[in-house]
Amino acid sequence: MKQTPLNARHRALGAKMVEFGGWDMPVQYRGIIEEHQATRNAAGLFDISHMARFWVTGPQSEAFIQHINTFDVRNTAVGQSDYGLMCYEDGGIVDDIFVYHLADNEWMIVANASNAAKDWDWLTQHSSGFDVQLTDRSAELAMIALQGPSAEHILDPLTSADLTALPFHGITASSIGTAQGYVSRTGYTGEDGFEIFIPADQAAPVWDALLDAGSAAGLQPVGLGARDSLRFEPGLPLYGHEIERDINPYEAKLGWVVKLDKGDFIGSDALRMIKEHGPARRLIGLQMVGRGIARQGMPVQTTDGQEIGSVTTGMPAPTLGQNLAYALVASGSVKVGAEVDVLVRGKPVRATVVKTPFYKSRYKK
Amino acid sequence: MDYQTPQDRQYTKSHEWVKIDGSTATVGISDYAQHALGDIVFVELPDVGASFGVGDAFGVVESVKAASDVYLPVSGEIIEINEALLDAPETVNSDPYGAGWLAKVQLSADASDLLDPATYAQHVAEEASK
Repeated sequence: MKQTPLNARHRALGAKMVEFGGWDMPVQYRGIIEEHQATRNAAGLFDISHMARFWVTGPQSEAFIQHINTFDVRNTAVGQSDYGLMCYEDGGIVDDIFVYHLADNEWMIVANASNAAKDWDWLTQHSSGFDVQLTDRSAELAMIALQGPSAEHILDPLTSADLTALPFHGITASSIGTAQGYVSRTGYTGEDGFEIFIPADQAAPVWDALLDAGSAAGLQPVGLGARDSLRFEPGLPLYGHEIERDINPYEAKLGWVVKLDKGDFIGSDALRMIKEHGPARRLIGLQMVGRGIARQGMPVQTTDGQEIGSVTTGMPAPTLGQNLAYALVASGSVKVGAEVDVLVRGKPVRATVVKTPFYKSRYKK
Repeated sequence: MDYQTPQDRQYTKSHEWVKIDGSTATVGISDYAQHALGDIVFVELPDVGASFGVGDAFGVVESVKAASDVYLPVSGEIIEINEALLDAPETVNSDPYGAGWLAKVQLSADASDLLDPATYAQHVAEEASK
């Protein structure tokens, strides 16, 4: 199993370790619920070095990114970043990505750990004909997320970056503790916060400095368990759940990431057709009424027993105190307010279709 | 990490405990199991009167992240379930060997293949070092 540069830190902190996407990662330190609440109420520190970091450089880097990305990055200025999707020709999703514009003709793509090899192959394969250079800097850089309402207060004394001037989705080269790297105002929790990119051999001292600086404010290290519950409540998709090879962006309610007016890109023809005809399935939110927790793969049916889809993610939402779920169901089969049943271990458990997202993100705008 | 393994009961490799008193038994999950699962947020227990064989899944405990089956260490009929857990599942975390018991069973056969506390503690040590 692969280890991040912070593996020994996680073990020293008493984390419970699990395998995730080929990596030995902390799933929790003091408990998922406690870590979740710490992030919502104060701040959480996440080792996300397992994610992939690919550099795109060269005179045609913007054109190449436009080709592989559904989003339009022409307005993503230097020092800004945007969420995007890489799609197959048929509109299915290769991965969701964050694209950072670091300098003229220099971009960074951050992608999911579990898709790293597939994404690298995809990018490499589709770069022919473009005057670009691709560099995989995943191993040479570590990535730490500091998220929560106290994140700015904790990070500010440790960085040369002017955080008050760093906008939502902004990124800037800066010092962080003893390291030189980048700080961005991005994250995956629905809270204000930062992602920090530093050389791998500097990860441990920077991690320690952040934990020290934040302890008085209630900062806690947060594992993958709470990372999942924190992204679940504000409705941020997770590959392998809400998005997947066989799920298109319109089904996943990510039509806003698909910019059909920007010109052709991989998958644009298929996506145009899907948009015209309407997606076959739609992601909905469910609140459990009966006793039971919906989990991925559980069938969803109408109250008269007709199967309409299945759960993509479900859990007891720590901030909201309710058993909630996302499900992908046949378009038009149910509306907000309707009752459905989730088959929990074969038994129908009543749920109500509710509006999404479940939690309103509190980004700095 | 030290996990409690009380001497007054027996255990299974799948981390349940059983305390046999004459022809009835009380079952639950071990300290190691509750710790490995993390915050327990939901417990599903069988109907009183249901019968199970040794190793049958008779209940489910769920953490934020996942649902885990609980296997019956003995065979018999469920005569009582711990209703208090339906509203306070976290009791399984805080008191796995006491108030966090799951069910009581009328034994239908003599128990066998259970682990004594020392053997189980050894099993836990091996699991924890993986």
